[in-house]
Amino acid sequence: MKHIWTICKREVNAFFSSLTAYIILIVFLAVSGFFTWLGGSGDLFFVGQASLNTFFGIAFWTLFFFIPAITMRMLAEERRSGTLELLATKPVTDFQIVIGKWLASWLLVIISLLFTLPYYITVANLGNIDHGATIAGYVALILISGVYTSVGIFASSLTQNQIVALILSLFIGVFFHLLFGISASVLPDWLSGIAEFLDLQFHYSTLTRGVITLESVVYMISLILIGFVLSTASLRRRMWT
Amino acid sequence: MSITVENLTKIYGSQKAVDDISFQVKTGEILGFLGPNGAGKSTTMKIISCFISPTKGSVQLDGFDINKHSEEVRRRIGYLPENNPLYTDMSIFDYLHMSAALQNVSEKEIPDRIKQMVDVCGLGPECHKNINELSKGFRQRVGLAQALIHDPDVLILDEPTTGLDPNQIVEIRSLIKEIGKEKTVMLSSHILKEVEATCDRILIISKGKLVADGSTEELKARSSGTNRLLLQIEGEGVKEGLLALDSVAQVTPADEHGKGSWFVDIKTGRDSRKEIFRLCVDRDWVLLQLTPMQSSLEDVFRKLTIQSEDL
Repeated sequence: MKHIWTICKREVNAFFSSLTAYIILIVFLAVSGFFTWLGGSGDLFFVGQASLNTFFGIAFWTLFFFIPAITMRMLAEERRSGTLELLATKPVTDFQIVIGKWLASWLLVIISLLFTLPYYITVANLGNIDHGATIAGYVALILISGVYTSVGIFASSLTQNQIVALILSLFIGVFFHLLFGISASVLPDWLSGIAEFLDLQFHYSTLTRGVITLESVVYMISLILIGFVLSTASLRRRMWT
Repeated sequence: MSITVENLTKIYGSQKAVDDISFQVKTGEILGFLGPNGAGKSTTMKIISCFISPTKGSVQLDGFDINKHSEEVRRRIGYLPENNPLYTDMSIFDYLHMSAALQNVSEKEIPDRIKQMVDVCGLGPECHKNINELSKGFRQRVGLAQALIHDPDVLILDEPTTGLDPNQIVEIRSLIKEIGKEKTVMLSSHILKEVEATCDRILIISKGKLVADGSTEELKARSSGTNRLLLQIEGEGVKEGLLALDSVAQVTPADEHGKGSWFVDIKTGRDSRKEIFRLCVDRDWVLLQLTPMQSSLEDVFRKLTIQSEDL
């Protein structure tokens, strides 16, 4: 546990000591903020309701692109620079490395999401906001970030090249983000049920409506864990090839 | 703490990087691991430090097996990988702190350990600088410092002096010698002088195979087998005359050293210089030169590694 925290702390510090990190963060906040408040039809003023649903709908998309940009360097850069050799020859397991990196990325996303709390405060002052649904919405964002972070770490464990890692994680992510949802409407009934369950947007929208169901939570946590296992296996592969 | 390597083999795809190597490093020994680039030095070191697994064979540190007790092994090893990778975005202090924490040094002891490492490795004034601001020599010291931070019993250094200038090399060498008084050290290099200067014992590896094992002197003696003289003589029938001598094993022309020059290989444990002189007097030859040729470690190395390429 201590080791996971040591690795995580290093990554968080490294993030905030690099300029690119701030650029990524600003772009994320600018894009999310723009579409939430000023995006024209569909923005918060257009809808005219004291709810953050607009923001949750947009963050679903911006996070999809933002998270791989954070996770892409996590393991790929360690591989490229050879520091993985330093890390892995300390008394640290590969699993701990993966968790440490994942935790760091996830914390960074959560910190970024904290910057959107002023939206909540603003809207709460403008009208009667449904606090329960809003909190559920944030829980959903945090959970779904966990999933995409896990996917991103896995993608980053496969290559030495950050850009490849970015593209790979978008590629894997898009299935859960979009493709399963689309295929649910075209597949035969018995398959479409499965596809619909795999579709993250389905679970996400349930959650943001304020309905926290066990199956959604279990599904997302399972995805996160599968990511851990695959990433660890991918790091482990160096031992045998 | 001793290292025992038995029948170690590592195959990458179809290529045998390490081919059935066995050796032992005793406690307190500085072992030089020598070989041309791509001979399997780094692979062997990566296996010992548990970064990769061997295809066959075993490595033990005082009974701790790298497969079964990987964590125990890693806790006892300080490892400096090839090319000295570092987190260049961290300050030396933070980096050493992290390395110590990952090596299970207790939070209380870490500041003391860092202070010690800063002293031992001479990092003093640079301590709060970022690693990417450091010169190569200083980075190498940081690499050594992180390997030593938890006071390991075994130190594995993969080409610790690559890319350093001659002064830095001397400094790092004496640092390693100092450290090696108490610890088991294994260092790799393809520079012979380095190994000759620092190590008690030398292993030479070529094409994944161990081709020699011994102290510097032993290796020199073994490789030459016979002593060699360079002779330059004016006269008739020199070769036959020399070969007739009891102690001479072989005579080969050495015209590159001047007209009438010969390399004369003397049988082990014999000295034929007096005989040769008398022979010259008897036959009325003019002896222009008689030089004993000492085989350097460089010759040994070349001989051994080129031989194994022919195999």
